[in-house]
Amino acid sequence: MQFKSHARTLAIALSLALIAGCSSTGGSRDGSMDGTRADGGVGTGTAGAGQVSGTGVSGDRAGQQADGRIPDVRTIYFDFDRDTIRPEFESVLVAHARYLRSNGNARVVLQGHTDERGTREYNMALGERRANSVKRFLEVQGVSPSQLQVVSYGEERLAVRGNSEDAHAQNRRVVFAY
Amino acid sequence: MKALMTIWLSAMLLLFSSLAQANLTIEITRGSDRATPIAIVPFSADGESLPEDVAQIISDNLERSGYFAPLPRNAMYDRPTTGEEVRYGQWRALDVRYLVVGQVSRAADGYRIRYELMDVSGQRRMLGESVSAGSNELRSGAHYVSDQIFEAITGIRGAFSTRIAYVTAQGTDQDMQFGLYVADADGHNSQQVLSSREPILSPAWSPDGRKLAYVSFETERPAIYVQEVGTGQRAQVASFDGINGAPAWSPDGRRLAMTLSKDGQPDIYIMDVGSRNLERITNNSSIDTEPAWSPDGRSLIFTSDRSGGPQIYRYSFGSGQTERLTFTGNYNARGRLSPDGEALFLVHRSNSGFQVARQDLGSGRLVVISETRSDESPSVAPNGTMVIFATQQGNSGVLGAVSADGRASYRLPSARGDVREPAWSPFLN
Repeated sequence: MQFKSHARTLAIALSLALIAGCSSTGGSRDGSMDGTRADGGVGTGTAGAGQVSGTGVSGDRAGQQADGRIPDVRTIYFDFDRDTIRPEFESVLVAHARYLRSNGNARVVLQGHTDERGTREYNMALGERRANSVKRFLEVQGVSPSQLQVVSYGEERLAVRGNSEDAHAQNRRVVFAY
Repeated sequence: MKALMTIWLSAMLLLFSSLAQANLTIEITRGSDRATPIAIVPFSADGESLPEDVAQIISDNLERSGYFAPLPRNAMYDRPTTGEEVRYGQWRALDVRYLVVGQVSRAADGYRIRYELMDVSGQRRMLGESVSAGSNELRSGAHYVSDQIFEAITGIRGAFSTRIAYVTAQGTDQDMQFGLYVADADGHNSQQVLSSREPILSPAWSPDGRKLAYVSFETERPAIYVQEVGTGQRAQVASFDGINGAPAWSPDGRRLAMTLSKDGQPDIYIMDVGSRNLERITNNSSIDTEPAWSPDGRSLIFTSDRSGGPQIYRYSFGSGQTERLTFTGNYNARGRLSPDGEALFLVHRSNSGFQVARQDLGSGRLVVISETRSDESPSVAPNGTMVIFATQQGNSGVLGAVSADGRASYRLPSARGDVREPAWSPFLN
């Protein structure tokens, strides 16, 4: 069940990346054009040179965005009782790091969430661990700590209701709220 | 910013709305096999129709406690309303040990309830009293009578006149509505004290029963608030970076233990409510949260994952030492102590799920007392006889309650949305 969910998430991430790739003529390298614009601003502006940096991992399609646009994938998922970044989401984090580095005025709230099992205040702490894990990853990637704020919601804002493994998997997440 | 203002305003506008009702009903799920047979005969009312059935309220209260098994009305052949009318032989034949009779009459500004408690085997009156109740206080009057009967027979102070606070929630993710309510212990007379589109959790009664501390995300971040239940007046007391959570009043009502992560990871702090000065109690890289005071105020219990998974620890103010209390299983969290300080109620992960358990601190033995599988937030009645907790029925959150010995239980379903985070008030009279 969990694998299915991961696979679906990955598929969504890849397809979003493909869409972005197809229409991505937008953004200039220094991000001066659309740096603070929210989502929805697809495909404007002129092509900038060298917008894809050389990290070049295969499957790193989510990272192939113009630096001036907030990356489309804004939720990453976690394993049960874990705060480690799953390998398939590293490219998402790399893309956000690149965006935040290029847009020094951009701020993001990293919202940490858990599934509904266990006690609420303990889950509040687990949600914070997940969000802090993302924060550390971004800081290692060179993002300024002043651009990052962590807020844990614990199990208070479930994305999906229900007791299935699939529901739990979709609730264990960190959301990038710009 | 504009969104934030809108949320703030809507929270403020709805703050004192007492119109929104979220009354809870009660379904008994398990009766105790040790319950004492009692009969509460319908009270006479001088032919008047009364807004409440006082005898029924008393009967429901006593049954819910698990200590009593009230005789069904259709088994009552005789319906005396005073002690003098009681023919003991009839009730002995029905195996009834105690009998309650009474009358309700209209008085100048409300009602007068007269009741008598009879010991059937001893053929004597144990208790007799005349109680006045305001025009809207018939239920409170019935709860008061229940308290007197309960204490006269069991020797334990009744907790039927207490209240519960709880949180309601509807919706998912970014589209949610939260409410903070207080209601009578039987779920009636609910009154909304806060409404918000952002999460509300961890309500905690002050020891005098006048205030609630709770966590609200109304500023899009967690902060701890203290609110007067009667007036609605409130103040934000903690809004540090990171988690501001799990407020717990000291027994003297002057201090709040809380969880703050402002210094890196969640640790336990104590705030002096008057001066807002903070004292840090724990300091390590693990999660420390969910503090609760011992009834004598000399120690704090809390949840920590310093040994890997969550377990309950106790910090003693005198020695400054911390000891681990729970060793059964790999998940024990959110402990609450019984009023005598001898039992610990907590959330325990068993093979069947998350359940409410009781650990006797003397023996260290842990016993699961709830029958459901997704239980959390246990809160102990001020007389220590019952524990109220949050559980699930279908996909909805409901409140459940179980006697401290696990023998009797009931549920308080709500017609609307999830109900969670129950907090049982202290004695209010």
